[in-house]
Amino acid sequence: MKKIDSKIPEGPLADKWNNYKAKAKLVNPANRNKLSVIVVGTGLAGSSCAASLAEQGYNIKSFCFQDSPRRAHSVAAQGGVNASKNYKNDGDSTFRMFYDTIKGGDFRSREANVYRLAECSASLIDHAVAQGVPFAREYGGYLNNRSFGGVQVSRTFYARGQTGQQLLLGAYQSLLRQVNTGKVTMHTRHEMVELVVIDGKAKGIIARNLETGTLERHEADAVVLATGGYGKVYYLSTLAMGCNGSAIWRAHKKGAYMAGVSWIQFHPTCLPQHGENQSKLTLMSESLRNDGRIWVSKKVGDDRLPNSIPEEERDYYLERRYPAFGNLAPRDISSRAAKERIDAGFGAGAMKNAVYLDFSKAIIAQGVDKIKAKYSNLFSMYEKINGIDAYKEPMLISPAAHFTMGGLWVDYELMTTIPGLFALGEANFSDHGANRLGANSLLQACVDGYFIAPYTIPNYLSGELKTDKITTDHPAFAEAEIAARRQLDRFLNTKGKFSADYFHKKTGKLLYEKCGLSRSKENLEEAIISLKLLKESFEKDLLITGDDTLNSELEKAGRVADYIELAELMCHDALQREESCGAHFREEYQTTEGEAVRNDSDFCYVSAWEWKGAQQPPELYKEPLTFESVELAVRSYK
Amino acid sequence: MKLFLKIWRQLNASSKGEMVNYEIDGISEQMSFLEMLDLLNESLIQLGERVIEFDHDCREGICGQCGIMINGRAHGPLKHTTTCQLHMRSFKDGDTIYIEPFRAAAFPILRDLKINRKSFDAIITSGGYINAGTGQAPEANSIPITYEQSEAAFDTAACIGCGACVATCKNSSAALFTSAKVTHLSLLPQGQLEASKRVIAMVRQMDAEGFGSCSNTEACEVECPQDISVLSIAKMNYEYNKAVLLKK
Repeated sequence: MKKIDSKIPEGPLADKWNNYKAKAKLVNPANRNKLSVIVVGTGLAGSSCAASLAEQGYNIKSFCFQDSPRRAHSVAAQGGVNASKNYKNDGDSTFRMFYDTIKGGDFRSREANVYRLAECSASLIDHAVAQGVPFAREYGGYLNNRSFGGVQVSRTFYARGQTGQQLLLGAYQSLLRQVNTGKVTMHTRHEMVELVVIDGKAKGIIARNLETGTLERHEADAVVLATGGYGKVYYLSTLAMGCNGSAIWRAHKKGAYMAGVSWIQFHPTCLPQHGENQSKLTLMSESLRNDGRIWVSKKVGDDRLPNSIPEEERDYYLERRYPAFGNLAPRDISSRAAKERIDAGFGAGAMKNAVYLDFSKAIIAQGVDKIKAKYSNLFSMYEKINGIDAYKEPMLISPAAHFTMGGLWVDYELMTTIPGLFALGEANFSDHGANRLGANSLLQACVDGYFIAPYTIPNYLSGELKTDKITTDHPAFAEAEIAARRQLDRFLNTKGKFSADYFHKKTGKLLYEKCGLSRSKENLEEAIISLKLLKESFEKDLLITGDDTLNSELEKAGRVADYIELAELMCHDALQREESCGAHFREEYQTTEGEAVRNDSDFCYVSAWEWKGAQQPPELYKEPLTFESVELAVRSYK
Repeated sequence: MKLFLKIWRQLNASSKGEMVNYEIDGISEQMSFLEMLDLLNESLIQLGERVIEFDHDCREGICGQCGIMINGRAHGPLKHTTTCQLHMRSFKDGDTIYIEPFRAAAFPILRDLKINRKSFDAIITSGGYINAGTGQAPEANSIPITYEQSEAAFDTAACIGCGACVATCKNSSAALFTSAKVTHLSLLPQGQLEASKRVIAMVRQMDAEGFGSCSNTEACEVECPQDISVLSIAKMNYEYNKAVLLKK
């Protein structure tokens, strides 16, 4: 059995990272050229890590499934990135940011990791500005900030509503700069299909060239997975169509543990589903809740148009339930409250699956021009998609699967339980606990890639200098390639009757119902059985047309196969955790008023799961969470 | 609604392509254009046929991976919209829609509507960045940038790299794409030191990739999803001429 050791450095919280850096092993500049690292994924975490390691002199092979590294889904983040610069002189500090994040995560993350995240946040802003990221400025020329949910200071840096895009372009340009120096070899339209483990260490990958269908062997001294989250397991989500959990899932099946798997954030302000052929639930920035009031009719199944429902027949349920925070209650709470109303039959819209986000009061109070100045891009996006003018009629919004707090278990060095395999950004479980605060995801991806991995990966690589070089002729590569080939052949030869999307949609619908915003023992047990049946059906009923060359259906099949297995682990994880914390709400564990009840005496640990084979249930390991610098408190927004 | 589709099918870069007719029924106006193609592909799968390959990813207009010529216009009939943001309410029952890939010598077709845009990455690789390594940055507020300067830089930094400008241009010029990055970086104080070197390298790479020349028709600006102004091309030309003239 593998030992689960988080490798937290000694010393007081504020000194741990400095202590680590002071003692981390180094590689002589002349020797770095002898070492290579594979980085899978080119979002913020992947690009920043690849570029930073290449700058140090290591040889990097970078992979992405998109046609260019610039497409990675970090590009879609709208709101901003947090940093405790305290430019507003409003009481921010590293400790304050650490505390907000750990509380926001409902005390289910590691103190040392979260403190380091806050500690490195300021350097990220410096670096992004040096790269030319056009952050918002004040008229005097200094950087501007805004406030985000769950905090009482202004620490969010932003670039209009395109912060993710601008940060990603900065990282992408740094990456291509290293392509130009020859230190990075770029492999676009390549998908990792197998991890190669030799003598217990990650030593390479099998990648499928999506343009030709060829399977390629790539060796390295370490492998980094920065492949993002798996929220697309729900099919309808805010994620890009190609987002997938395959790289981390395949690593999991080779021995890397998964942690916090069922902790999925549902974003409260997304566009609702309108039909069976829909592919995506577009996110509308959380900032809209600053001026929009959320309500539903007090009448079940009300078919009236929103503007003809009189004021006294409207239920402003967030203001009613959480008077202190009202419409700005945190994401998990707002999403759950919307679901409660929708499930009780008060939902709005044609499919009765939405709630209203109403700006009429703000427009009367501030004038339409002020509202336009703040949100015109969002209102026009809403109109593009729905053809509705939200200045005249309330928006219809609904919660949608968004961010995965869970992922590959990593220690303080961001290394998984497979030595030499690192997981960065949303692909790991580490910093957000059971609920992520807004504007912390861009931060975590960047900090992992720019400031943490460039210390911890060389620390590992220093030990690899002495080991024998492995070539792709090693039998482990042949074995992994044969396994990948066999799976592709099986997909093509099944010749059933349903497309990969059919199974993906089924998985997503099941998860929304049984392992979504609220969970129960009964539902989760049912879901595990249904997923097993769905997997059997997938194995005999899948229909993939075309051949093993360029074939988007074949790509989907591999991702869906992994999603079905991953969904089952999510249900096991949610079933085992008999408490409600953050985004994980178990119906059995709530107050009479419907608020979450956390159980610190029995569940104050990270659940890390080991894959035991398709026929065996996963095995649980517990990493206890100890809190020395904060007191465990009940999150209250009333 | 029922639609008649004429879609470009081509097996690979070297094979000869052709327009193929399809009919599709039951399209609602709320569906996005790409969801309409999803539905068509689902029906092709049921017939045992190879699906129509097209590029897409985020489906919210920001990743830049989608891009189709629809009735001869890059990203379809609406202004400043990507293909994925186009919805079927822009069409009516009985319409015939011509669907083709973005065409340019520097964007070879991979299959059907999927193209290779590595030439764009090559232009950025040649110099589209500021040489700032991780760890070298000074304190962020030590580089004051006026609000107007920062906003102007943002206007061009917003480029999503979709290639609509190239597909629309009769010369298949990448001037708008290249100038957007040149302008973004040369407007900022951080990017000044390398401005001359950058613009020369990027313009040379743009030519080497096989893009045509800009003849100032301004067609690119009309189709740009991010509404990037052709004035950035003037800025690039200015920067380029200045760099060449002052080159030691």
